[in-house]
Amino acid sequence: MARIDVRKTYKLYIGGAFPRSESGHSYEVTDSKGKFVANASLASRKDVRDAVVAARKAFGPWSARTAYNRSQILYRIAEVMEDRRPQFEEAVKQSEGGTAAAARGQVDAAVDRLVWYAGWADKLAQVIGNANPVAGPFFNHTAPEPTGVVGVLAPQSSSLLGLVSVVAPAIVTGNVAVVVSSYARPLPAVTFAEVLATSDVPGGVVNILTGDAAVLAPWLAAHMDVNAIDLCGVAGSAELATSLEVAAADNLKRVRRAPDAEPDWTLDPGLSPMTAFVEHKTVWHPIGI
Amino acid sequence: MAKKSTPFEYAPAPESRSIVDIKPSYGLFVDGEFVDGRGSSFKTVNPATEETLAEIAEASEADVDLAVRAARRAFRGWSRMSGRERAKYLFRIARIIQERGRELAVLESIDNGKPIKESRDVDVPVVAAHFFYYAGWADKLEHAGLGPDPQPLGVAGQVIPWNFPLLMLAWKVAPALACGNTVVLKPAETTPLTALLFAEICQQADLPPGVVNIVTGAGGTGQAVVSHPDVDKVAFTGSTAVGKAIARAIAGSDKKATLELGGKAANIVFDDAAIDQAVEGIVGGIFFNQGHVCCAGSRLLVQESVADELLAKLKRRMGTLRVGDPLDKNTDIGAINSREQLDRIRELSDIGEAEGAERWAPPCDLPASGFWFPPTIFTGVTQAHRIAREEVFGPVLSVLTFRTPAEAVEKANNTPYGLSAGVWTEKGSRILHMASQLRAGVVWANTFNKFDPASPFGGYKESGYGREGGRQGLAAYLKGADA
Amino acid sequence: MSTTAPTDPAPGLAAYSEVTAGEASLRRFLHGLPGVDQVGAEARAAGLGTRSIKTTAKAWALDLAIRMVDLTTLEGQDTPGKVRALASKALRPDPADPSCPSVAAVCVYGDLVGEVKAVVGSEVNVAAVATAFPSGRASMAVKLADTRDAVAAGADEIDMVIDRGAFLAGHYLQVFEEIVATREACVRPDGSHAHLKVIFETGELQTYDNVRRASWLAMLAGADFIKTSTGKVQPAATLPVTLVMLEVVRDFREATGVQIGVKPAGGIRTAKDAIKYLVMVNEIAGDDWLDPDWFRFGASTLLNDLLMQRTKMTTGRYSGPDYFTLD
Repeated sequence: MARIDVRKTYKLYIGGAFPRSESGHSYEVTDSKGKFVANASLASRKDVRDAVVAARKAFGPWSARTAYNRSQILYRIAEVMEDRRPQFEEAVKQSEGGTAAAARGQVDAAVDRLVWYAGWADKLAQVIGNANPVAGPFFNHTAPEPTGVVGVLAPQSSSLLGLVSVVAPAIVTGNVAVVVSSYARPLPAVTFAEVLATSDVPGGVVNILTGDAAVLAPWLAAHMDVNAIDLCGVAGSAELATSLEVAAADNLKRVRRAPDAEPDWTLDPGLSPMTAFVEHKTVWHPIGI
Repeated sequence: MAKKSTPFEYAPAPESRSIVDIKPSYGLFVDGEFVDGRGSSFKTVNPATEETLAEIAEASEADVDLAVRAARRAFRGWSRMSGRERAKYLFRIARIIQERGRELAVLESIDNGKPIKESRDVDVPVVAAHFFYYAGWADKLEHAGLGPDPQPLGVAGQVIPWNFPLLMLAWKVAPALACGNTVVLKPAETTPLTALLFAEICQQADLPPGVVNIVTGAGGTGQAVVSHPDVDKVAFTGSTAVGKAIARAIAGSDKKATLELGGKAANIVFDDAAIDQAVEGIVGGIFFNQGHVCCAGSRLLVQESVADELLAKLKRRMGTLRVGDPLDKNTDIGAINSREQLDRIRELSDIGEAEGAERWAPPCDLPASGFWFPPTIFTGVTQAHRIAREEVFGPVLSVLTFRTPAEAVEKANNTPYGLSAGVWTEKGSRILHMASQLRAGVVWANTFNKFDPASPFGGYKESGYGREGGRQGLAAYLKGADA
Repeated sequence: MSTTAPTDPAPGLAAYSEVTAGEASLRRFLHGLPGVDQVGAEARAAGLGTRSIKTTAKAWALDLAIRMVDLTTLEGQDTPGKVRALASKALRPDPADPSCPSVAAVCVYGDLVGEVKAVVGSEVNVAAVATAFPSGRASMAVKLADTRDAVAAGADEIDMVIDRGAFLAGHYLQVFEEIVATREACVRPDGSHAHLKVIFETGELQTYDNVRRASWLAMLAGADFIKTSTGKVQPAATLPVTLVMLEVVRDFREATGVQIGVKPAGGIRTAKDAIKYLVMVNEIAGDDWLDPDWFRFGASTLLNDLLMQRTKMTTGRYSGPDYFTLD
């Protein structure tokens, strides 16, 4: 008699813990062929609320860490992912379909992207900050700082490389993130949460909610304690994206607009995924004796 | 024991206004020409006397459309012109501004109410410097670290406020033009005159028609500018409420936006501060330009252990501020820009008093006509008072105290705004700590209200987004630029 | 004013007796004074310099400035003839205009006090530099003898220099005690005393923090005036250094009730500059200091420019140097 498998309900990742959805709801996750894979928690607006609280709490300490330390931690995430490559490959293949080689390519690219971003932590300020030669006896410089809590609507299609490509640039500069994963393809995000929990990332720095962006995003976009939002996850839904931008205007969130379609994640991301969520701070001080 | 001598009464020292020639009425500046508007008109008044200065055309939606079309037509040639040539136009404009500096300063003071010593020594020189600074960028954009082939956005719709009419114009126009964009700019309805004189300067510089278009009007005109479908870039300086409305209006479009909005800056004075300079910084922080400054240090946070001493010195210093005729070279505080703004300042001040804060102003004779408000401080203010939370945009300072650096940071950041902050302490490591903790786009340490074209300016949180000035200011006018 | 008898310290000053009781407490006190931000202080001074003083205010200021001049000659080549000529000028700066006031004092080396006194009598004060002016590098005995000689010769005012070497070495109590001793040397047999001005040579102290400390030190030691410079070191008086000193005398009166005078000296050559100083006195210390008893200009060429501008005010045309005496 065949063994009865243990079916799992994956949970959310909030403040470093794995709670069930506050609503108690979950939904069935199927593979690319429609076969049942697991249950995932269906996050609600109250989970959004809790995740924002956890993120805000984590922001001060995370942004105060040295850039070198954040770099180390992002690199550590890459190391732990590397260890779990088979599991990620399986999750990507289940979620996105395609060949094992294609899934492996996605995982490789995701790990490499984390390594790339890890290196940016202590360099971005040198590239986009500057000393300002003002016309007076003043020391004056401008340097980027994290904007705060970033709502990230992760891409719906690219379940791992896309996810890493929107989360890493947000946190490497010292922001914290509340991420809404791909609705149909949440399992790589769930595994990613497990990696985060075991790779020195302080609780609350990244919070991952599985669920429907169309339901959760309006709460995130309207939340007055969220400083910025990446609308990538609603790419192609122009009306929803517009309504989210309108909601985001309530506290003038920094908005990374939804593209018409998901970009090719294998391309060089450039700096804009990071610069979209930094503030330029200019400091003046007199020079005298 | 002190022998009392006769007081040193400064005789009036008025700057001559004969240098400016204000016409009875002004049209719009579209496609290089002054044209009649299709809409109605409004009056601009001298806030120090309430005399009407001129009739100004109020641009209708159709007028704005014509201006945007002109800008679009001009964009082709302007954006393809080599940076070196564009630079020379901007240098020309900068030089003319210097040459006509006195005229611009007097006109600014007449229309805005700001003291001539500020328009002469701050506004106009910084305007010229801004054009010089960005002129130099026009042929160096590929070296700005903003991508290998930086391209302009197109037509920029720019709406500016009344507090620094010409300076805000410069902040908007200079980088836009340097990057190869063309502009449609709407000055504030109470202060259109220097923008119209700037239009003349564009003619004098032989700037190609349509590169700069000036449409005068009120909120409706501004709305038409920012929501025009053929505008690629919106740049706005003004209230947070309007900034939010603009963000909503351009939602779902491809328009890029820079918003410079309100503020409620904390000016934090520690017990080891260089106290006399701190007093100057507080005075300059809140009474500069009648307090009509988005980054004004409107919340004084003083360490409790020096609060009494500091306040005594501050009050003494406030007693030497000279309020009156903006054209008098010895005036420190000029006229409030409009009756509407005066009403707002009065209302919030009355609320401050009603909420239990203690109001103090030095005795000063205010002119009988015009809009005036004495330099005022409120002590005994707490974070819960409306005057500690809302932007008064006038010469009104709220004084709060703190005990520890952590408390200072907490109170300073406890606001939806995040434009600027001040820190006064003689301890270097504390300055750097505070500068890193304050959630504000500009931190002035042991100084305040300093501006320079090379220095990026802009806010965190509800004070807006994007930066103006410096290398970062270019990113706002280039495609896909990574600031 | 030069005949005021020394009195017990004002009650406000008594509170500071512990401060000056020893080297350590004095040092703690001086180093505990608020710092001065150079850029901020200079910006404030420059801002006051843009005040525009016209017509009646200017006429008033020019006359006041003349009355505040300590007409000075401090050269190795000074002769009796030279100082007598200067003394005559001090009495009647503009012989063509009897409405022109006299200056406050004539300032010379101690050995020439008698020459000046013979000309000016009691109409204009005689100030003598002392304490091994300008360097201050001599034994205490010599410095005190220098002072006593000048007082004995009839000096109404003594302009002493502090020992900058001791100050910069941190020997504040030594500087304090020298000022106290010099003040005692200013006392005349009848119990009155010559007014004591204490010169810091701010160009050598370099920082405004030092100027503020030296100012407090001198005031606590009994200075009647604090003075910027000898005129022998550059920079001499500047607007910002005077600004800092004016802030200190204002604060000192606030704290002790005792009013102290201020004298910028050296480098003030034009009427325009002098008026900037008066604006600063007015707005920083207050109009109580707008009096020759409380503010002086140590200068030589300044006087003629003040006279030229004064004439311009009355005649309405620009004058020239040929119309004013060179002494």
